[in-house]
Amino acid sequence: MNLVTISGPPSSGKTSIILKTIQAVQNRGLKVGVVKFDCLYTDDDQLYEKAGVPVKKGLSGALCPDHFFVSNIEEVVQWGRRQALDLLITESAGLCNRCSPYIKEIQGICVIDNLSGINTPKKIGPMLKSADIVVITKGDIVSQAEREVFASKVSSVNPQAIVMHINGLTGQGAYELSTLLYDEKEDVLTVKGKELKFSMPSALCSYCLGETRIGDDYQLGNVRKMELGEQNDG
Amino acid sequence: MMDEKILKNMTLDDLLLRYPFVGTYLENNKLDIEGFGTMTFEEYLNQFDEEYVETWAMDKEKIENDLLVYILQMLSFLGLKAEQTVRSITILPGQDKVGQKETFEPITIRSGDIVSIVGPTGSGKSRLLADIEWTANYDTPTKRCILINNEVADTKWRFSSSNKLVAQLSQNMNFVMDLTVEEFLELHAKSRMVENVNQVINTILESANQLAGEQFMRTTPVTALSGGQSRALMIADTAILSTSPIVLIDEIENAGIDRKKALKLLVSSEKIVLIATHDPTLALMADQRIIIKNGGIHKIISTDDEEKRILSELEKLDKIVGNLRHNLRLGNRIDQTMFV
Repeated sequence: MNLVTISGPPSSGKTSIILKTIQAVQNRGLKVGVVKFDCLYTDDDQLYEKAGVPVKKGLSGALCPDHFFVSNIEEVVQWGRRQALDLLITESAGLCNRCSPYIKEIQGICVIDNLSGINTPKKIGPMLKSADIVVITKGDIVSQAEREVFASKVSSVNPQAIVMHINGLTGQGAYELSTLLYDEKEDVLTVKGKELKFSMPSALCSYCLGETRIGDDYQLGNVRKMELGEQNDG
Repeated sequence: MMDEKILKNMTLDDLLLRYPFVGTYLENNKLDIEGFGTMTFEEYLNQFDEEYVETWAMDKEKIENDLLVYILQMLSFLGLKAEQTVRSITILPGQDKVGQKETFEPITIRSGDIVSIVGPTGSGKSRLLADIEWTANYDTPTKRCILINNEVADTKWRFSSSNKLVAQLSQNMNFVMDLTVEEFLELHAKSRMVENVNQVINTILESANQLAGEQFMRTTPVTALSGGQSRALMIADTAILSTSPIVLIDEIENAGIDRKKALKLLVSSEKIVLIATHDPTLALMADQRIIIKNGGIHKIISTDDEEKRILSELEKLDKIVGNLRHNLRLGNRIDQTMFV
């Protein structure tokens, strides 16, 4: 079984891209399954089910979605193996820009969209910078110039990644992505013992433990303060 | 050729002097090197303490390697720019959606050629375009093969992010950035590593205004442009700044833009122009048209003399409609004399 982790900001088009790409993978006679991670709610599992794809969903609730992902990934891999999948795709929304969801030696794909703002590539951390493939979506509604500028910004923060433009509506480019997702020679039996590409965002402070009151008296542990001088930053 | 060791031992000041685009890399990775110019990149990175690295999610090793990759990429991009390499593309037949073989003779499209693509929605126009973009080599669902300069294409076209084969313009595209025309063009020109930015901005603005029905200025916000002005700016910008040798146009509405001049501009920039359209004027402006049916190329028609004659009739009609539109805009009453 091959494993691919796909992640990206909410509403960037991950599910559309995955659905279109899966079609192309299925046409090659391969069995694909998806595990969708989200925070409070998702009904994307129904879309996958409709497409005839074995699917599971995991909602992280009050936990950091990244931490939730990594604490469950081994069980997810074993689920995929029991389903006799050729390709298991995990999909997770990068809910903060500091997310770092990729595992060493496992292909990591970041999906971001042209509409998210020209400085978005600069704002996103390891989720974009350590991805093996970056998929840029929604190119059909912005100008050629904006597409070129956006792609060049992506390349400047992650020059080693393959950058692809995919249209989630028509599926243009999805077939091409599908050719990069499956390698016969690869077989992931377990991710036990593997490492994350980069450490996940972390904090251990009173608010992590359920504190709701505001004020210095209640702030314990890993706390960092902003610098608020009289001048504007800049 | 560039030696990694030499790069590693260069000071940041020297790096910037030799490769000015390194500045973009540093800026986008939020690395402020002021006061550190005499250090090597490695020395600079090493002065960050563990807490800083942790807080700002910095991957020192990757950032260091990435800079080398980035410099190589940019140099190859500049090299490619110097020699515009695509002179022609050739489409070799494959199959349609149900596996039926395509029967057309291989078609070669040269720079400066205009080819239109017609066929119902969902007939496979996107797929044909994707084949070209991916330089298909019998390895896509249509089993077509795309040759570049009569040879099997280098796979660099598939993965190069700064050097895409196809630039696209469509009716649905908008400017979404909050910038003036000038700022916008400057940003684009810089990302293409153009040297005389100001001159390029002038040329684009001038060309765009020749295409647009209504003039606009450097200081106009791009989001405030009319549909015709946006289209005009997009076309002029693509013709002059985009390095993609192929331009695909997905319809251009006939309002507020001189389409004939627009195509001329693209052609004079040595582009290969493909137009997906059902508009008779636009379709007949092409030298040839590809008819798509059921996922396959059904046939290829060359525009003949009769069609060209009809085209000039259509252009007269378009002019009349354009004139009526102009008069409406001025608040005039429409009368019979405007129909000649």
